[in-house]
Amino acid sequence: MSPLVTAVQAGADFSNDTWWIVLIKAVGIIVFLLLSVLFAIWFERKVVARMQIRPGPNVHGPFGLLQSLADAMKLLLKEDMTVRAADKVIYLVAPMISVFSSLLVFAVIPIGPEVSMFGVVTPLQLTDFPVAVLYILAAASVGVYGIVLGGWASGSTYPLLGSVRSTAQVISYELAMGMSLVSVFIMSGSMSTSEIVNAQAPLWWFIPLLPAFVLYLISMAGEVNRLPFDLPEAEGELVGGYMTEYSSMKFAWFFLAEYINMLNVSAVATTLFFGGWRAPWPISAINDGMFNTGYWPVLWFGVKLWFFMFLFVWARGTLLRFRYDQFMKFGWKILIPAALVWVVAVALVQGVRRFADVDLRTLLIVLGAIVVVGVVVSMFIPEKAPPTEPEGEPEEFDAFADGYPVPPLPGQTLPPSPRRARVTVEATVTASEPTAPSADEEDPRG
Amino acid sequence: MMLTTVTTELAGQLATHLTGPVAASLAETGQTSTGEAVLFWFLAPVMVISALGLLFAKKAVHAAMGVVLVMISLAILYVAQQAPFLGVVQVIVYTGAVMMLFLFVLMLVGVDASDSLVETITGQRWIGLLLGVGLAFVLVGVVLSAGDLAPTGLDTANADGNPQAVASVIFSDHVFAVEAVGTLLVTAAVGAIVLTHRPRLTPLIGQRELADARVAKIGEGGVVTPLPAPGVYARSNSMDVPALGPDGEPLEQSVPRVLRVRGQERGVGGVRAEVDDELRHEIEGHDTEETQR
Repeated sequence: MSPLVTAVQAGADFSNDTWWIVLIKAVGIIVFLLLSVLFAIWFERKVVARMQIRPGPNVHGPFGLLQSLADAMKLLLKEDMTVRAADKVIYLVAPMISVFSSLLVFAVIPIGPEVSMFGVVTPLQLTDFPVAVLYILAAASVGVYGIVLGGWASGSTYPLLGSVRSTAQVISYELAMGMSLVSVFIMSGSMSTSEIVNAQAPLWWFIPLLPAFVLYLISMAGEVNRLPFDLPEAEGELVGGYMTEYSSMKFAWFFLAEYINMLNVSAVATTLFFGGWRAPWPISAINDGMFNTGYWPVLWFGVKLWFFMFLFVWARGTLLRFRYDQFMKFGWKILIPAALVWVVAVALVQGVRRFADVDLRTLLIVLGAIVVVGVVVSMFIPEKAPPTEPEGEPEEFDAFADGYPVPPLPGQTLPPSPRRARVTVEATVTASEPTAPSADEEDPRG
Repeated sequence: MMLTTVTTELAGQLATHLTGPVAASLAETGQTSTGEAVLFWFLAPVMVISALGLLFAKKAVHAAMGVVLVMISLAILYVAQQAPFLGVVQVIVYTGAVMMLFLFVLMLVGVDASDSLVETITGQRWIGLLLGVGLAFVLVGVVLSAGDLAPTGLDTANADGNPQAVASVIFSDHVFAVEAVGTLLVTAAVGAIVLTHRPRLTPLIGQRELADARVAKIGEGGVVTPLPAPGVYARSNSMDVPALGPDGEPLEQSVPRVLRVRGQERGVGGVRAEVDDELRHEIEGHDTEETQR
């Protein structure tokens, strides 16, 4: 078998963990996430500023690093308002749901291999189980309830529109996201995060599973409501979307959840496609894999995580927001079919390799040949002629056929509007004449 | 906030982490361990109360939230009983997709307490009652017959890993039922699409078509760019006065078509005449002004 083939490998071993090790890891994750959010806000503002050729925050602290602290203090000291039309309980609970479920994801992200922590050998991961990646998807789907309920509970129109958009977005983009992950499961033979990282020892999955990686990159931006998919909070269309009626700390919780979610999906992309904590190739070969042991992998994990965070900021600095109908069309007519086709293709290849004794090289050559033949054949298929307009005289249109007002059928045309025919009125009125037209000339609006 | 987040994080991971040994001991001894009993007696009241909330909540969204709570508590119980796949999929599919669709419809349609309770199908309540009694019989029968089963234990069932065990049951023992249900669902979905589909009467005019049409009209005096904005003058900045072009002539297009059609447009000369009038009043003094008013 070639190195691509991966036997099912043992996942992380948590048998040595004591309660205080678990506590240290849990608190460590929370602290890491909160500090990363503070850094991410500064990072985003600074990078976007550099892309727009301006300095960005540079007043508070060295390089403006304390800017996000100042922002947080400002939010804390603002007046905490509860709108009168709000559904009090849900209005209060919604931001909490968002934050809590965003904190759950990092529990199953492997940040490093087994290390010695105060004399206890333990993996740098809070927990892991056979369906860890599905657990991440579950936590993400509960997190969206925060947005949806927050928009509904505000008792106001723009937030409601934001939450309706958010539900539609989740339903359509989580499908594509889930399916892009299925090919990783098939290749790794597991849904446990530590086993997936172990399975990537010879090759990171983003190379053989490039289409799935691209699909994941697109749908992860949709999942966390970032540009170009930030329709639930589109400020040009919905004021602030689902968080229009939120202020002070409640708004800050939504803000926190959004940035933690960015870190989450970046960590998932790192774990599933970029080899998790594994060192990149030339470094991994140094000194018999020295940099893949101990606490070194935390560095590689961090570098990869912030690479994806940079992609988010880059996309924000570059791309425009989608129009809503284009966004839905893109999700349902391009992303989901592409994900389906890719999953079926990967399943077929893996099935053939598993049940028939075919060499991988032969298989890939055959597949390549099929693709080339398909492309060549498609060149000979004549292009579909554009739909021709129906020839001949348009039929006479009776707006009151059978005594009822009816719309035109295909081939019939509406007669020109009587209002359009009245463009003959003199446009310029001299000063001696009254500026308002007389009452019988006035055409009622609508 | 730190404390609460720490506790949630812990609770989330304890639910999945600590229940492993709990459930294992259940499989070995056939008895409920303390941990599982505590978990059950904590979750059971939550589930019952939120299930009652579904029945008695006045707002539809509150009822939906009750169902979500029941689903998530159920999922935690599944995980505690060494069925992590079932528990997690329950949250993804039912909480994440099905209830989300419910909420979507609730928000779009806006169901509230004032909805009519009139039966739309005659005898609806009696049929519902009959079906409910039938379901109750089936469920009681299942529970009674389950007493005779000899459980093999969770360790045997999960020997190859939980997802693998579920997969082998679904795709070998019950593959026909799964395929039949899948076909049924796809048929229903396609049927819904067919029933709600309406043929388009006129061709769809998108951005591309609009742009092409604009460019094609350049020869007939059309413009590709947006129309000029109305004029802004010292004494007037309303929409009814045209702007002046670079040649000093008023631009007809800068006044909205509706105003032009209604004859509500004022000329630049009109504004100028008003200004002249005002100036004349200023010069001639107050008495003339008052007589004019």
